Amino acid sequence: MSEQEIYERLNEVFRNVFDDDDITVDAGTTADDIEDWDSLEHINLVSAVEDEFGIRFKMGEVSSMKNVGEMVDIIKARA
Amino acid sequence: MKELEYPFDGAYLLKKKRSIKRQLLSDGSVRIKKKIAVLGGSTTNDIINMLELFLLNYGIEPAFYESEYNRYWQDAVFGNEELDSFSPDLIFIHTSNRNILKYPAITDSKEQTDALFAEQMKYFETMWEKIAERYHCPVIQNNFEQPYFRLMGNRDAFDCRGRVNFINRLNMAFADYAASHESFYINDINYVSACYGIDKWSEPSYWHLYKYAMCVPAIPDFAFNLAAIVKSVFGKNKKALVLDLDNTLWGGVVGDDGVDGIEIGQETHMGQVYSEFQKYLGLVKDTGVMLTVCSKNDEENALAGLNHPEGSLKPDDFIMIKANWDNKDRNIEAIATGLNIGQDALVFLDDNPAERAIVSAQLPTVAVPEMERPEDYIRVVDRSRFFEITAFSSDDLKRNEMYKENAVRAAQQAQFTDYGEYLKSLEMVGVIDDFLPIYLPRITQLTNKSNQFNLTTKRFTTAEMEQVFADDSYIRLYGRLADKFGDNGIVSVVIGKVNGDTLDIDLWLMSCRVLKRDMEYAMLDSLCERAKQRGLKTVKGYYYPTAKNKLVKELYGDFGFTKVSEDADGNTVWELSLSGYEPKNKYITVERNK
Repeated sequence: MSEQEIYERLNEVFRNVFDDDDITVDAGTTADDIEDWDSLEHINLVSAVEDEFGIRFKMGEVSSMKNVGEMVDIIKARA
Repeated sequence: MKELEYPFDGAYLLKKKRSIKRQLLSDGSVRIKKKIAVLGGSTTNDIINMLELFLLNYGIEPAFYESEYNRYWQDAVFGNEELDSFSPDLIFIHTSNRNILKYPAITDSKEQTDALFAEQMKYFETMWEKIAERYHCPVIQNNFEQPYFRLMGNRDAFDCRGRVNFINRLNMAFADYAASHESFYINDINYVSACYGIDKWSEPSYWHLYKYAMCVPAIPDFAFNLAAIVKSVFGKNKKALVLDLDNTLWGGVVGDDGVDGIEIGQETHMGQVYSEFQKYLGLVKDTGVMLTVCSKNDEENALAGLNHPEGSLKPDDFIMIKANWDNKDRNIEAIATGLNIGQDALVFLDDNPAERAIVSAQLPTVAVPEMERPEDYIRVVDRSRFFEITAFSSDDLKRNEMYKENAVRAAQQAQFTDYGEYLKSLEMVGVIDDFLPIYLPRITQLTNKSNQFNLTTKRFTTAEMEQVFADDSYIRLYGRLADKFGDNGIVSVVIGKVNGDTLDIDLWLMSCRVLKRDMEYAMLDSLCERAKQRGLKTVKGYYYPTAKNKLVKELYGDFGFTKVSEDADGNTVWELSLSGYEPKNKYITVERNK
């Protein structure tokens, strides 16, 4: 899967979860950039991403992910 | 909304919750508003989000109070101002086996484990009693899911030090408490988590990362099960099943294959499946759900199929059988009218996707579950929780019988040319009197189920009804009606509040199964008599229009009340002077409580 395809699919997931069609994420996007992305929504985001790519993050990964780029790296390695 | 009906896609609901909520709130439907306090022993954020979606879909618009994380016990036992002023209509206590204070140690004696058990129960019972004292509202309490590990393996189940044993013991004690306390319900997460799979349900990362007591993907299943209790408490259950016949109640097409050719009974594998489904439906009927048939068949063939010796449902088990070649949506409309219930109280079961699609499109409020494989029918109907039972009255058990007696009355009515003569011939006897404690569940249930003959559509919880029952400033009447064909049970409830020398009628309802029997006159006579005895001068009636109660728009006018006001929404207020009131009932012999 190309990085571009991953980002396209991720954008769709983010737009669904935060109900905002204007969201576009890049490697540097963090929770600070998206208004509703708090710790409680983080879990829904993670679940939706897992669902989209058919993967499971490890617990340590979920708590240490700092930005979207790190998420993409894990998806690339596993999907 | 199809997306919120069983079997729903939980991941989709979690992902799209915001837009689904928006859609529901803008669909123009009328919903009852309820305040729900969620007291959590773990994170409740998405539990509330999912519960909200399911309730909106059931016609309930909830407002939530959410306790601070793991402050459920403190909120309940010591109260807090915010919760007090929120004044909940319902309290949900979301605890899990993560909230068990202490488990038995492997070195404990039997006495020590007993003490631990008693201590744990005391902890919960203290909370439940405080809630009952302070909030007078229905309470839903989770029981416990099975533990994530079994220290002794299978021995955990029967050794008093085993966690499995300890949890099962607590669950039994919770059940005993619920069985002996009104308005206290168990949310059976022990069952739901078993359906989901306890390994997945208890996936520890969700606890360690977010303090969720279950895995997040399981939350929609959890919330759906919880929502079923809530909607049942607030009177949103379904009431009747509309059943197709060919390939729904038996395999094959009776018109083509003949009675001997349909599959039902122990002879074939599929025959067994249909037999089991018929037996299940028989059990559903026994709980008070009405069964009807809607089948494209010649009536003769339909009846022959239902009389198949291997089938357990017989023509007599159905209140109405519509077997003809008309469109099914037309027949279903006729069934709703004939039973005097709303279309939104019907569940339509049909194996044919085309029929389901037509009915869904034409009658959007009828529930139409997906019936794909006969071996799944029971699960689909059962898990959809259309008929979640919270209160259980003896009238529920007799409902099918009573509706059938009505059919006999209708046939008899046709023989009379004078309606008064017909009423006389029924030899009606009514009991009209103040409430009795044993009738409170049925009375409460009626306030939540009656939509058509209901002037104010005021709903009561069991706790609220108990308060009315204990308050002397009310004049309360229930009415039951029997005739030569049978007993209709409790069919009417009136509650009036004394204000000075006026009686304000807060509630006036009657079951539509006794429409046009003059029962309303008998109730009015009793009400006025009691009001006079208390020295009151005036009775005031209120009519608040809803989508369903047009039937009684002019009731007070017919009674001889004078309309004193009407506002822009059509709410009307009526007055009747008690001096010179003449009794109106001519056909019902009225008795008092024995």
